This record gives sequence, C-alpha cells and structure tokens, in this order.
Amino acid sequence: MTMLAGLRRRGIASHAALTGAAAIVVVPVVWVIAAGFRSQISLLMGAFWFSPILANFDEVLFSATSDFLVNYRNSLVVGVSSTVLCLVVATLAAWSLHRMRWPRWVVHVFLGWALLFQMIPPIALAGAWFTMARAVGLDSTLLSLVLAHTVLNLPMALWLMGIYVRDVPVELEEAARLDGASTPTLLWRIVVPIIAPGLAAAAVLSFVFSWNEFAVALNLTIKATATVPVAIAKFAQDYEIRYTQMAASAALSILPALVLLLIAQRYIVKGLTQGAVK
Amino acid sequence: MSAPVAFITASDRPARTARVAAVPHRPPVGDDRTWRWGFFSPALLLMLALSVLPLANLFYTSFYDVTWAHGLAIWTPLGVANYAALPGDALFRAGLVNTLIFAAGAVGGQLVLGFCLALLCSRVRRGQALYRTVFILPILIPGIVVGAIWKLMFNYDFGLINQGVALLGFAPQDWLGTAQTALASIVVVDIWHWTPFCFLLFLAGLESLPQDVYEAARIDGASLWQELRYVTLPLLLPTIAVTFAFRLMVAFKVFDEVYLLTGGGPGTATEVLSFTIYQRFFTENRIGYGAAMSVAVIFLVALLLAIGMSARKRVAAPA
Repeated sequence: MTMLAGLRRRGIASHAALTGAAAIVVVPVVWVIAAGFRSQISLLMGAFWFSPILANFDEVLFSATSDFLVNYRNSLVVGVSSTVLCLVVATLAAWSLHRMRWPRWVVHVFLGWALLFQMIPPIALAGAWFTMARAVGLDSTLLSLVLAHTVLNLPMALWLMGIYVRDVPVELEEAARLDGASTPTLLWRIVVPIIAPGLAAAAVLSFVFSWNEFAVALNLTIKATATVPVAIAKFAQDYEIRYTQMAASAALSILPALVLLLIAQRYIVKGLTQGAVK
Repeated sequence: MSAPVAFITASDRPARTARVAAVPHRPPVGDDRTWRWGFFSPALLLMLALSVLPLANLFYTSFYDVTWAHGLAIWTPLGVANYAALPGDALFRAGLVNTLIFAAGAVGGQLVLGFCLALLCSRVRRGQALYRTVFILPILIPGIVVGAIWKLMFNYDFGLINQGVALLGFAPQDWLGTAQTALASIVVVDIWHWTPFCFLLFLAGLESLPQDVYEAARIDGASLWQELRYVTLPLLLPTIAVTFAFRLMVAFKVFDEVYLLTGGGPGTATEVLSFTIYQRFFTENRIGYGAAMSVAVIFLVALLLAIGMSARKRVAAPA
C-alpha cells in the first residue's frame, strides 16, 4: 500500500515536471502566434486580454508592399525540388556504395568527406557558391539555392538511406536476379518499396531543413527569389520593427511544420533517432 | 546481363560460392560495374562540384586580396598574409572564444535537461505520446523564427520575460543589449530550441534498452540511483556520445539566432565564428580575408573531427 502510494506520488511529480517543460516549449510559440492577432498598441501596452484582429495577416499576405506570398512559393519550390533531388541522388549512391562491390577505401573516403562537409559552417561555402553561380549565370536564381540545399542535405540522406539499404535482405536481391531483373528494375520494384519508410523519414527531414535554412538563402537570393526565413529576418532589421507583422509572418512560417508534426510525426521521430540509437 | 539459371533457387544459400564458380558468366550480386558507377556518379559529381570545388576555390582565394574597380575583380597575391592577420583580428578572436562558450553552455544544458526529461518521460505510463508531440515542435521551427520569437520574448518593453521579471518584483532587463547577459540569453534560446532533440534521441535510446538487465538489478535490490548510475548511464553511453557529437557540430555552425537577436553585439559580446565570416566576407566584401577565415574554421572543424574519431577508437578498442 505504501509502495503504491510512493509510486503514485513519484508519477505525479514526473507529470508535473514534464508539464512544466511542455509549458516552457509551448508558451513562447503560442504567445507569438497570439501577438500576430494583436494591434501594435495592444502588444506594446502588454495587456493580457485583447480582441483578435486579422490586420497583420492581411498586411503580410496581401499588401502591395509585401512579398510574403512570393517568399512562401519560393520556399515551397526550393524545399520540394531539393528534397526530390536529394532523395534520388542519395538512394542511388547509398545502394551503390553499400550493396555493390566498391573497394572499401572508396566508401570510406566518400562518406568521411560527407561527414566533414556536414560539419563545415554553410556560411563558409556560401561565398564560393555565389561566385560559382555567377560564373555560370545562375546567380540569384532559385536553381542555385535548390542545388545548395540538395548538397547540404545530402550527408544526412546518405546516412539515413545507408541504414535502410543495408537492411534489405540479400536473398530478395538474389531472387530478383534469378528472375532476370535488371539492376534498375531491382532497385525500383524491389528495393524502393522496402526502404519506403526510410525515404519518408529522409524526405520529411530534408524538406524541413530546406524550409528552415537561412544563412545560405540570405546570400544566394535577391528580392524576387528570397525564401521565408530571409523575409522574416528583414522584419527584424527594419529601422522601426513591425513586431505584430513579424509575429504574423512567423506564425505563417511554422504552418508546414505544424502540418508535418500532425501527419508525419512517426517519420520525423524515425529520421531523427535512427542511427543515434543503432 | 541477366543470366537466369533454372536449377538455382534463392533458398540454397550455403551452395552460393560453389555455384558462382560453376556458372562463370552470371554476374554475382552487386558486381555490376556499369550500374555501380551510374548510381554513384550523381552523388559524386554533386559533391565534387558543390563541396570540393568551392573549397578549392576558397583555398585559392585565401592567398589573394580581391578588390573591385570598374566592375572588374583585381587579384593581388598576398601569400599567407591573410592567415597571418587572423590571430590579431579582435573580431575573429571574440568569435572563436564566444563560439566555444556558446557550444559548451548550450550543448551541456541540452544534454542534461534532455536526459532528465527523457528519463521522466520513459517512466510515466500515460501521456507519453502527447509530451513527445509537444517536445518535437521547436525542432521543426526555423532558426530565424526561433530568433523572431525570442526577440519578442526578450523585448524590453513588452516581452514576456520582463513581464515575468516584473511579476516577481525585479527591475526589467535589456537582456540582449547588455554585454553580461547577451551571450547567456542566446545560450538559453539555443537550449530551448534543441533540448527537445536531445530528449527525443535519449527517449528512443532508453526505450531500446534491454529490460532484463533492469529486472536483474531490481532483484539484486539496486536503488533507483544505483540503477541509473550502474545500468542506465553505461548502456546509454553510445547514444549520449552520438547526440553530443551531433549537437556540437551544429552548435559550431550557429548563425541564424545571432543574426536576428543581436547581430554579434553589443560590442563583440555575441560574435560567433559563422557571423564573423559573414561580416568579413559579405558585409565588408573582403573576399580573400573572409576565405582565409573560412579555411581556418574548416581546419579547426576537421581537427575536432579527427580528435573525436581517435577518441572513439580509443574508447572502442578495449571492447
């Protein structure tokens, strides 16, 4: 009886601590989203109660001086294209490196380089990327940013797809060969369906990372090709910061994250924890 | 390229070596040279073009001074002068020191808090999924938006932090504008942003631990503390090491939050390496010097990686 009470008390203490931590996570986000629905005066007065208005969202989305919808479209285009490109390249390479007979040093050198590349601050490369893009006439285009994000996410995708590809049973591959499957058929018809959960995990992460990326986007884009993070940073740099509009655009920018959190949480968890636990 | 052989079935694996010898024309699994190169080359080309080439470009540029006149770049060879100037650059030194302080403070805080929360969460019986959903949220928010959120939170006049401070009866603080609190504030923001990531990894690690060890410990009468000290921590060490390495790598690259919250200031209080490179390279347009700084930082990173690798080898060797 006493032991049970002790366990229960410990359970309540755990829940209290976890709920406190959850509140620390949620309160700033909710407070800023709420700020997006306030007038500048109401926010500056610090009043707790306010009557919500849509003026900030209206201003951010539809005013003639705001490019936010263009920024949103740019972010979507870059996120989706770089994700697709990254997955295709990484899956092919992972299959080739892990399941076809390369000398060991080739695999080690390539994956080692990818690891080192992952550690380099992207800002250190942004300058060189900009110079190269200008040399081939791609400067300030979305394509240059798509390529940059693809290569930035490639180490992560190589790593994740490597884990999944190595788990594909050799027997299946042999059976497919005996049935006369060519290598592309084998990969497309047999391997891809098996590693689909890994592809989903890598896709979600790659999209989120591209959507969130700022340092490179800041230096490779101009007004017409700017992505959402670049647009939000602009708010903070204006001489007179429009706080409520900054809050409204921040709220709009985390919409995709919220959607993914609801529909693809399983893959986010899998993608982030895979490898660390294995 | 296909050579189906009727009498071989996929199930007779033990005979595999023998049958490869017996049927010399059948390409063994994975020994397809054309496709091996075909599949590997896109990744190889992408890496060569967008990581090896820019690094070579950076390295080359670092030995020059590049100035602009009438839309044309003028390259003046400088030898190693750009590198020689680095140790005397107050901004670079501040960036290096602050990055180290930031990485140590933020990653340390994240690991400890993340571990405690994961331990608590793994022990509660209800609501685990809900806690996890909530904790994933910050991981998905763009760094620049995290910056925007906390710029509002830390605002002197109406920020929630100063409202809370006033509620407790203290005077409001200019958290980001004061040299003593600016870097600590950014560390707090980073802890808010990335503790959930550590939590997630540790929770997955805890859930994958074998349960029979715990039963054995309980039968031996181990206290909760002993269980944590002698069972959980040693078993979770690989996960902790990977999380630590990963977080350290990302902390070293910190840019977004600093860009939005403080711009490196006040003075050089929050100057971090990525931001110093950005200032020298892009804001001041000193391409050669910025390149030298980038190369130096990359060299430091590679050094860190090498030390980490050899440390791992030394830890793994006795096992």
